[in-house]
Amino acid sequence: MAHSSSQSAPLDNQFAVSSGRKMFGNIMTALVFSCVAIAAIPLVSILFMVITKGLGGLTPAVFTDLPPAAGVAGGGFRNAITGTLITCLIGALISVPFGVLTAVYTIEFGRGNKLSQFVSFCTNILSGVPSIIAGLFAYGIVVLATGTFSAVAGGIALSVLMLPIIIRTSEEGFKSIPRDTRLAATGIGATNFQSVTQIILPAAMPFIATGVTLALARAAGETAPLLFTALFNQYDAKSIWEPTATLSVLIYNFAISPYKNQQALAWVAALIVVLLILVVSILARIVSRRKVY
Amino acid sequence: MTSLTTAPAETLIDSSTKFQPERQINQIFRWLTIALAVCVGLVLLWITYSLLLIALPAIRTFGLGFLTNSTWNPVEEIYGVFPQIYGTILSSFLALLFAVPLGVGVAVFLTENFLPPKILTPIAFIMELLAAIPSVVYGLWGIFVFLPAIRPILQGINRAFGWIPFFSTTPGGRHLFGASLVLAIMILPTIVAISRDTMSSLPPQLRQGSYGLGATRWETITRVLVPAGLSGIIGSVMLALGRALGETMALAMLVGNANNANISWFSPASTIASLIANQFGEASGLQKSSLFYGALILMVLTLLVNILAQMVVSRFQQVE
Repeated sequence: MAHSSSQSAPLDNQFAVSSGRKMFGNIMTALVFSCVAIAAIPLVSILFMVITKGLGGLTPAVFTDLPPAAGVAGGGFRNAITGTLITCLIGALISVPFGVLTAVYTIEFGRGNKLSQFVSFCTNILSGVPSIIAGLFAYGIVVLATGTFSAVAGGIALSVLMLPIIIRTSEEGFKSIPRDTRLAATGIGATNFQSVTQIILPAAMPFIATGVTLALARAAGETAPLLFTALFNQYDAKSIWEPTATLSVLIYNFAISPYKNQQALAWVAALIVVLLILVVSILARIVSRRKVY
Repeated sequence: MTSLTTAPAETLIDSSTKFQPERQINQIFRWLTIALAVCVGLVLLWITYSLLLIALPAIRTFGLGFLTNSTWNPVEEIYGVFPQIYGTILSSFLALLFAVPLGVGVAVFLTENFLPPKILTPIAFIMELLAAIPSVVYGLWGIFVFLPAIRPILQGINRAFGWIPFFSTTPGGRHLFGASLVLAIMILPTIVAISRDTMSSLPPQLRQGSYGLGATRWETITRVLVPAGLSGIIGSVMLALGRALGETMALAMLVGNANNANISWFSPASTIASLIANQFGEASGLQKSSLFYGALILMVLTLLVNILAQMVVSRFQQVE
C-alpha cells in the first residue's frame, strides 16, 4: 500500500503527455489543415475563373452560331454542342450493353470463377489505359479503315474509356441484390435469362443509371481521344461519318489560339462542359441513393 | 408404386419440352455474356495489336535506339523519343512529389475526426468533383491563370537558387515545372480517394489498442494507422502515377513542347503523350509510325504500372 501511494504523485507526471509530444500533435494537425487548404485553392480558383470568364461571354449566339474564323468577332459553337452529344451517345450505345452484359456474366453466371476474376482484372487495367491511346486505337481501326475522320470513330474511342466505369458500377448494382431474390426467382421456375431481365436488371437500375451518367460525364470532357478521331469541323456535320466538332476539342483549339475572341469562347465552352459534368455527377449521386434493396 | 413415380416424370418431361424456347434463349443469353466478358480481355490485346501494327515500320527502322535517340527530324526522317521519355517520367515524378504528401494529408484529415462529419462530407465530395473536371479545362486554367500567377515566384527561385542545376533557366511562359504542378492537382483526387478508403477500412482495434497504450492521436496516425494502410496508399500512388504518365491535354497545353531533355525544371519540355497530340495532325508515313511506336512505349509503361498497382491494392483487400 505504502509503495503504491508513494508512486501516486509522480504517476500523473509520468502519464501526462509531454510538451514535445503535444507540440508534435499540434504541428501535424496544422500541417494537415494546410494540406486541405492548399488542395482547395486550385479547385476554388478553377471554378471561380470558369464561372466568371464563362458567364462574361455567355450569349444566346453561343448556342445558335458556328465557330468564328480567326480574328472575327462574335460566333458560337452550336455544332460543337451537338457533336459532343452525338459522340457521347455513340460511345454509350456501344459501351452500355457491352458493359452491363459483361457484369451480368461476372456476377450472375460466373461469380468468383477464374474467368470473371480475369475479366475484373482486365477491367481495372482497361480503366488505366491513357485516353490518348484509346484515340489512337480508334484511329487505327476506324479512321484508317473508313478513310475519314468521323463521329463514329470518336464514339468508339470514348466507348473504350466508358466501358470500365459501366462494368464496375453494374457489378456493384448486381452485388447489392440479396441472394434470396435470386433463389426466389429460381424457385418459381424462372430461367437465368428471365430472372436477370425481369428481376435483377430492374433492381440494379439505379446503379446502372449512375454508371452511365458518370461515364457520360467523363466522355463529355475527354479531348485526347477525339483529336485524331472526330477531329474538328468548322460547320455542322451532315452525317456521323464526317469530321465532327466537339466542345472539348474546341476548348483546346481556341485555348492555344492567339485571338482574344476565340480564347473567350474557350472559357464559355469550358463553363458549359464543367456545368454539364457537375450537374450529371451530382444527379448520379442522388440517383444512386435510391436503392431497391 | 410404379404408376406413382412415372406420372410426375411424364409431366416434368412435358413441361420441359413446353419451355424449350425459354431454355434456348437462356443458353444463348449465357453464351452472349461469356463472349462479351472475354471480349473485355480481347479489347486490351486488340489495342496493343493495333498500335503495334502501325508502329511496325518505325520499330524495324529504329529498333531500341528509338528510346535513346534525341533527334526528331521529319526532314531527314530520323526519330527518337529520349527527351519525351525523360519529360514523361520527370513530370510524373515531380507531380507525385507534391501530390503524395498533400493527398495523404487530406486523406488523414478526412478519416480522423478533426471536424464533424457534417463538414467532412462536403469536403470529400468536393475532392471527388476535382476528379470530374476535364483535363482540357485544367489546361485552359493553367495557360491563363496558374502559369502567369506562379511566374514571379519561380523567377524569384531562379534568382535565389539559380546555381542549383534544376532551377538554372529563367522560367518563360511554359515549362515542365508548372505543367507538373497542374498534373499534381489532377492526380490528387486519385490518391485521396483510395488512401481514404484504406484508412477508413482499417480495423478499429488498431486505434483502440494504440490509444490504450497511451499514444496520442498523432502518434497513433504516424506509427500505427499509416503503416497499417501503407499498401493501400502505395497502390493509390501507383494508380496516380499511371494516370500522370498518360495524361495528355494539360501537358500538351502547358509543358512547352520543346524537343530537348534539359536538366532545368524551368525550361520547356515534352512528354510522349504531348508529342503525339502535337505532331499527329501533320504526321504521315514514318513519322506517324514513330508516333505509334511512342504510344506503344507509353502503353507498356502504363500497363506495367497499373498491373503492379492492381496487385498491391488487391493484396491489401485480401488482408482486409
